[in-house]
Amino acid sequence: MNLHEYQAKELLKRYNVPTQEGVAVEHADAAVAAYKQIASSTGTKFAVVKAQIHAGGRGKGRMKEVPDQSGVNVVKSAEDVERVAKNILGNTLVTIQTGAAGKKVHKILVAQDMYYDGPSERKEFYLSILLDRAKKQNVVMYSTEGGMDIETVAHDTPEKIFKEWIQPGFPLLPFQARKIAFNLGLSGTAFKNMVKFVTNLYDAYVGLDCSMLEINPLFKSADDKILAVDCKMNLDENALMRHSDLADMRDKSEEDPTEVEAGEFNLNYVKLDGNVGCMVNGAGLAMATMDMIKLAGGEPANFLDVGGSANAQTVEAGFRIILKDPNVKAILINIFGGIVRCDRVAAGVIEAYNKLGNINIPIIVRLQGTNAEAAQELIKNSGLKVQSAILLSEAAELVQKAVN
Amino acid sequence: MAVLINKDSKVIVQGFTGTEGTFHATQMIEYGTNVVGGVTPAKGGTSHLERPVFNTVKDAVDGTGADVSIIFVPPAFAADAVMEAADAGIKVIICITEGIPVQDMVKAREYIKSRNCRLIGPNCPGVITAGEAKVGIMPGFVFKPGRIGVVSKSGTLTYEAADQVVKAGLGISTAIGIGGDPIIGTTTKEAVEMFMNDPETDGIIMIGEIGGTMEAEAAKWLKDNMRKPVVGFIAGQTAPPGRRMGHAGAIIGGADDTAAAKMKIMRECGIHVVDSPANIGKTMAQALAVTA
Repeated sequence: MNLHEYQAKELLKRYNVPTQEGVAVEHADAAVAAYKQIASSTGTKFAVVKAQIHAGGRGKGRMKEVPDQSGVNVVKSAEDVERVAKNILGNTLVTIQTGAAGKKVHKILVAQDMYYDGPSERKEFYLSILLDRAKKQNVVMYSTEGGMDIETVAHDTPEKIFKEWIQPGFPLLPFQARKIAFNLGLSGTAFKNMVKFVTNLYDAYVGLDCSMLEINPLFKSADDKILAVDCKMNLDENALMRHSDLADMRDKSEEDPTEVEAGEFNLNYVKLDGNVGCMVNGAGLAMATMDMIKLAGGEPANFLDVGGSANAQTVEAGFRIILKDPNVKAILINIFGGIVRCDRVAAGVIEAYNKLGNINIPIIVRLQGTNAEAAQELIKNSGLKVQSAILLSEAAELVQKAVN
Repeated sequence: MAVLINKDSKVIVQGFTGTEGTFHATQMIEYGTNVVGGVTPAKGGTSHLERPVFNTVKDAVDGTGADVSIIFVPPAFAADAVMEAADAGIKVIICITEGIPVQDMVKAREYIKSRNCRLIGPNCPGVITAGEAKVGIMPGFVFKPGRIGVVSKSGTLTYEAADQVVKAGLGISTAIGIGGDPIIGTTTKEAVEMFMNDPETDGIIMIGEIGGTMEAEAAKWLKDNMRKPVVGFIAGQTAPPGRRMGHAGAIIGGADDTAAAKMKIMRECGIHVVDSPANIGKTMAQALAVTA
């Protein structure tokens, strides 16, 4: 589950991880009030306004409706804040990560400007914590090259990326925290602050059950503070059962509405751009079915795993969800019946089909496994315009005919 | 004996008296699996499915001599169940549970490393040695006995592969569902290695999916150890990057964990890679005919 920057920063504070302070607001007048409060606490007129969406590249991104407005803006006055807030709120931000459609902005974060002058040089670093699947350990990945796209850094100058693997069951050890601070070239107060920062950040990563935590830029201010200027946090959805407060932070407006609806029926659905819809039991078989659609000359319109119980209700919900997509020209249902009997699934398909009425596109049902022949008989005798197959290769041929 | 389990394996069920545990234990017993008892904390001393229930895995091992365990414990407690089984001396731990927090599995994997055991899963359909023992949730009748080993990250796709193998006139020695989570006990390479060393297996089907590097690791090992034909398939050729496709581990994170990248390295290492999931059985039959 993705979080917004402002939510992630709130959570980091619980673990005493310093962040750029700010207030998230939904209206321009609230933005002005937040600005005045920040300006009086920092004693400067500078502040930053940041669009809150689940995508990166906001600084370089532009508002669709106000093309010269960026998603991140330094402001110097209450008038500035009001103008920028009105430009961004309710409008659509297009960044390199959102695709051409962009994302509607419902919230902005009005935050302190940390790039003030002072006795030492300002620096931007990169740091992230994630799971190294191959080593089966968490890893802290960091670099002196902050504020940039880390994949570019990894590709062009791999020697500038450091990694520190963490022993499972242990915190980030003091020597590891020191190593990180030394490798980032720090000394004195900034060094001490960095040691505290990374130690607490790792505790936050584990304590919140993050699947990814990225601080970019990780910032050293001109007075040697170390803090998170931006934060991207991903939570492990499997762990939300022990963090009900975090589950409440989910922003469904950031997700595809059809995917949200599917989730309510316990269906695992991912929308794609193709013309053949599919409904399958099991994630691996669902992916394999998508691949088969492509090989048969179609393009998969979705991933849809109906799970272990392919009954009339789930099939009906699946039909409704797939049929919302106007690009869909055919639907393939592929169920390997093991514990779930194929004749029951077939009865469910027939019931759902009749209930929905006007389905004007070809439906191909491939049922294999327990009672597959009985299922095929049921479909044949139903009088519906449903084609049936038993072998996967037969289903592929039917898909080919349907798309050509 | 094929690999991992056989008719002599003494199997206990953790989460024995729950809905899932009861249903699948019944199916396993019907298949002929030697289920010797089960564990449900605070129900020790009672009997379920005509077998003894114990409070702890230790009690169950002491009472029955069990060497294999299958876990149907809910996600919040499943990693603990894995560690308990390892600590009690269970040799083969098969964890079916889906939805275990990743950090729990990072710890559990580390904990069992120093114990003499093998973990299969989690988030997997289990293991079946055809005609001998089923320690899992798969439909047993699909797996007709024979000499082909299957290793797969997916449940229904394993059944599909087994069904094709049988329809191609062959059969299954053992099928291992290794699971679709980011952290699992037994890797593709370890499973393939077991089959390569098994005198009762003549050919291996290796089914992977997007995400991670396990298939590439297995392929590199196979390059120097290809003593039997291996047929491979990777699900998710059409999956978009950055999206989780059902399984927690099935997500394209970079250039190396796409289906195309995995299929390329598998081909280069001598695996018979099929583009279509409909050709798995047929290709195995052809590969065996060539080697014979």
